[in-house]
Amino acid sequence: MTSDEHVIDAEGLRRTYGGGFEAVRSLSFSVARGELFALLGTNGAGKTSTLELLEGLARPSGGSVRVLGHDPYTERAAVRPRVGVMLQEGGFPSELTVRETVRMWAGCTSGARPVGAALEMVGLHGRENVRVKQLSGGERRRLDLATALLGRPEVLFLDEPTTGLDAEGRRETWDLVRELRDGGTTVLLTTHYLEEAAELADRLAILHEGRFAAQGRVDEVVAQYPSRISFELPDGYHLGDLPPLGQLGVTGHEVAGRTTRLFTDRLQRTATGLLTWAQAAGVELRGLDARSASLEEAFLEIAGGARKNERDEEGAVVR
Amino acid sequence: MNTAVTGRMAALTRAELTLLVRHRAVLLTALVVPVAMTFAMRPVVEDMDLREAGLSLGEAMMPMAVAFVLLFGVYSALVTVYVVRREELVLKRLRTGELGDAEILAGTAAATLVAGLAQCVMLLVAGAAVLGMEMPADPVWVMAGVLLGLVLATAMAALTSVFTRSAEGAQITIMPLMLISMVGSGVVVPLELLPERAAPVLELLPLSPVVELVRGGWSGQLGAYEALGAVGTAVAWTVLSVVAVRRWFRWEPRR
Repeated sequence: MTSDEHVIDAEGLRRTYGGGFEAVRSLSFSVARGELFALLGTNGAGKTSTLELLEGLARPSGGSVRVLGHDPYTERAAVRPRVGVMLQEGGFPSELTVRETVRMWAGCTSGARPVGAALEMVGLHGRENVRVKQLSGGERRRLDLATALLGRPEVLFLDEPTTGLDAEGRRETWDLVRELRDGGTTVLLTTHYLEEAAELADRLAILHEGRFAAQGRVDEVVAQYPSRISFELPDGYHLGDLPPLGQLGVTGHEVAGRTTRLFTDRLQRTATGLLTWAQAAGVELRGLDARSASLEEAFLEIAGGARKNERDEEGAVVR
Repeated sequence: MNTAVTGRMAALTRAELTLLVRHRAVLLTALVVPVAMTFAMRPVVEDMDLREAGLSLGEAMMPMAVAFVLLFGVYSALVTVYVVRREELVLKRLRTGELGDAEILAGTAAATLVAGLAQCVMLLVAGAAVLGMEMPADPVWVMAGVLLGLVLATAMAALTSVFTRSAEGAQITIMPLMLISMVGSGVVVPLELLPERAAPVLELLPLSPVVELVRGGWSGQLGAYEALGAVGTAVAWTVLSVVAVRRWFRWEPRR
C-alpha cells in the first residue's frame, strides 16, 4: 500500500532540455496522502519543469516518478482520471464561453461534477455566458481551477494558482484549496508568493537552479536561517566598540558601507545586549531593524543575487 | 471504455463545431473557396481534349471539386486549427486530461471533417445534377476516395503544423502540398492528359489515389486491380504521416 502512504514519489528526478540546459537536477521527495506540498522558487528555478514531470506531460531525462503508484508518463490512462491539473497559463479556446469550456471538460472527465456546481465552487457563477477572451486574468485562473476540480481528483497539481488574482480572490482560492486538502485531496502547488506557501503548505521545498536548496515544514526551513539585526553606527564608532559579539550571541556579521548587520539564532538576547550597550554609551542606532528568521529571509538568502535583479521587476511579489 | 471515448470525442467535437461556426471568416473560406474554384475552372476544363482521355466534363470536374474541398476546406483549415490550438496551449491542456493523444487530434479535427464530408456530398450531388451526369458506376470507390482523402488530409495537416509557428505562417507551409497536388495529382488536368512517362510517378503523389478513385469510380473505368492499388497508395501515405505525426507532433509552442 505504498501508494496510499506516498501519493507522489520522486527519486533522483532530472530533466534536461534539447539544448543541454539542465532545468531539473536530481530532485527526490515524496508527498503523503492529504498533504499540501509547495514548490517555491524564483522564475526559472525549475518549478514548472518539475511539475510537468509529475503531471506526466514530459518524460524525465533521469530518475523516476510515481503518482498514485503509477508512472504518470507511460501509464497516463491509469493516472489521469484520479488527478486534476492546472497549468501555469490558460489552455482554453478564447472564443468559447465559460459554460461551453467547462461543459467540454466535463464531457472529457469521468464522474464530473455538474457544470454549475464547478463554477459555483470557484465563484464564477453568473459569468457562464462570457467568452474566455473577455475574462480577467484572475477569472481565467478560476476557470482553470474549476476544470481541474471537475473530476473530484485525489491529487491536484496547481501551477501558480493565484497569479493575477487580487487579494480577495487569492484568499478565496486559499480557502478552497484548504477545504479540498481537509477533505483528503493531496495538493502540490508551485508559487512565487512566499505568503501563499507559508499560509497553505504542510511542507515546502525551495527550488533554486533545479535543485532543492531547502525542504521541510515551514518552521524547519526557517530554523535553518538566522535572525538579523541591522543598524548604522554614528561617525567615530566601529564594530569593535560593541560588546564582544560572541557574548551577544552573534553568529556572524557583515558591514556594508555604514550599515552593520548581525546574524543570530537568539534574537532577543542579541537585541537586548545591543540596546543596553547603546543606552549606556549614549549612542543612537539609526535605521535599527531587527527581524526574526522568516520564510522571506530564507528565500532571499537562497535566491541570492538572482533575486536582487528580479526584485526590481516584480517588487510586489515577495511581500 | 468505448462509451467513455465516444463521450469525450463528442464533447470535443461539439466545442470545435461551436468554434468553427464562430470563426466566420474561416468557415466561409472553407465553404466558399472550393465551390467558387470549381466553377471558375469549368471553362478551362471545357477547353481540354477530354474525349481523347475518354472523360466527360463531369468526370473531369467532380474529382476536382472533391480535391478542392480536401485541400482548402480540410487540409488548409486544419493546419490553422492545430497551430492555433497549440499556440493557445489548448492541446497541452487537453493532454492533462483523460483524452489520449489520438483522441485529441481526431476530436480537434472532427468538426472540420464533418463540414468537409457534407460539402463533398453536396458538391457531388449538386454538380452531377447541374452537369447532367449519370450516377457513379462504382459508388464504393467514390466513397472510399472521399473518406481516405479526409483521413489523409487530416494526417497531412497535423504533420504540416509541426513546421508552422503561427496561423499566418500556415499560408506558406501549406503551399507545397497544395501546389504539388493541383499540378501533379490530376486535380486540374487529369493524369490521363499528361505525358505517359510521368504518370507512374505522379500516381504515387499523396492526393493522386483520391482523385483516381473518385474519377474512376464515377466513370466505371477503374478496374479492381487499379482501385486496390490506389487504396494501397492512399493507405501507405496515411500510415506514413501518422507515424511521422506520432514521432514529431508538437503539443506546445516552442520555448
